[in-house]
Amino acid sequence: MIIYGVAILAFCYVTGQLIGELLGRLIGIDANVGGVGFAMLLLIFLNDWFTRKGYTHKLTDRGIEFWSQMYIPIVVAMSAIQNVKVAVSSGFMALFAGIIPALICLSLIPALAKFSKSQPNDQHGHYKPVS
Amino acid sequence: MDIISQFLEKNGLVVAFLTVGLMIYASAIMSNRLTNKKIPASAIAIVMGLVLAYVGGIYSGGGKGIADVKIFSGFGLMGGTMFRDFAIISTAMGASFVVMRQTGWIGALSLFLGTIIPFFVGVTIAMAWGYTDVVSLTTIGAGAVTYIVGPVTGAAIGASSDVMALSIATGVVKAVFVTIITPFAARYIGLDNPHTAMIYGGIMGTTSGVSAGLAATDPKLVPYGALTATFHTGLGCLMCPSVLYLLMRVLF
Repeated sequence: MIIYGVAILAFCYVTGQLIGELLGRLIGIDANVGGVGFAMLLLIFLNDWFTRKGYTHKLTDRGIEFWSQMYIPIVVAMSAIQNVKVAVSSGFMALFAGIIPALICLSLIPALAKFSKSQPNDQHGHYKPVS
Repeated sequence: MDIISQFLEKNGLVVAFLTVGLMIYASAIMSNRLTNKKIPASAIAIVMGLVLAYVGGIYSGGGKGIADVKIFSGFGLMGGTMFRDFAIISTAMGASFVVMRQTGWIGALSLFLGTIIPFFVGVTIAMAWGYTDVVSLTTIGAGAVTYIVGPVTGAAIGASSDVMALSIATGVVKAVFVTIITPFAARYIGLDNPHTAMIYGGIMGTTSGVSAGLAATDPKLVPYGALTATFHTGLGCLMCPSVLYLLMRVLF
């Protein structure tokens, strides 16, 4: 049943976000720390566990895959609710302070990737696409 | 006319599904016909979304883009954090845990760099613009991390409201810029594998920028970037009002 897949995803969401909230509270900040990350790890573990137990069902999987296919439309909607007016009209300081650090960080990515690739991890270089 | 707009408003979420569907369809046609598929349809759709957000902001004077226009209020729900996070988590279905574990340590390192570098570059730029007090400098620096870290930090250390607004604007500029630049920069920074995507998510951090940027580049990379990016705001909110603020007080 499709709803089982959606419910499994919702279970991961609720559990992960709750852990993130609690972790934030625990270290005394008013923010969710890694909620999405915990939820993703939980989903990976559950998926793995169900596969090994043979509990997987095509329709159940589709309940989750539907949402991963909805990801781009949701991101399009998200970009349509950004405060772009403020970003464009807030003067040069905000433009510089927003863009320059991002450029510096972007330019560091190749070095970091190379630096970390020197570890032998090439046997794990492959990965399964979503769909 | 009134009946129609009330009807659209009442069914906001479904209207948003329809509108986004039409936007993506139009983007796919533009991608095929005008750019010969060189620019992915998702990138065009996201930029279209940003333009809509700008138009909506100008038209309504509000801060939530097109969602402030009543008949498009459903965008607020569809593009809000709940649906976004739900969809991001679902992408983990196709992700490889082995790759995530392998990249774990460099992901953590890039998270720290992604907090410290934007912070200090932001502080430097604020200084160049004539800010001298530690509270304002710290708040603007925190805004350069993400637009959530900025106001959280400002509120914690008592920044004035105009500096807070400026730090939010800085973070929003960053998110929009990361969204637009990622598909173009991807080729030059080697952003075509899960390993680099995790570093990218950690160092760029801003969740909306990273999620939209990766969607426009290669949706298969989304879970990897999102996994590290999710810790970015938390780390920023942790470090900026505490360690980095204290460091600033020592320096100035």
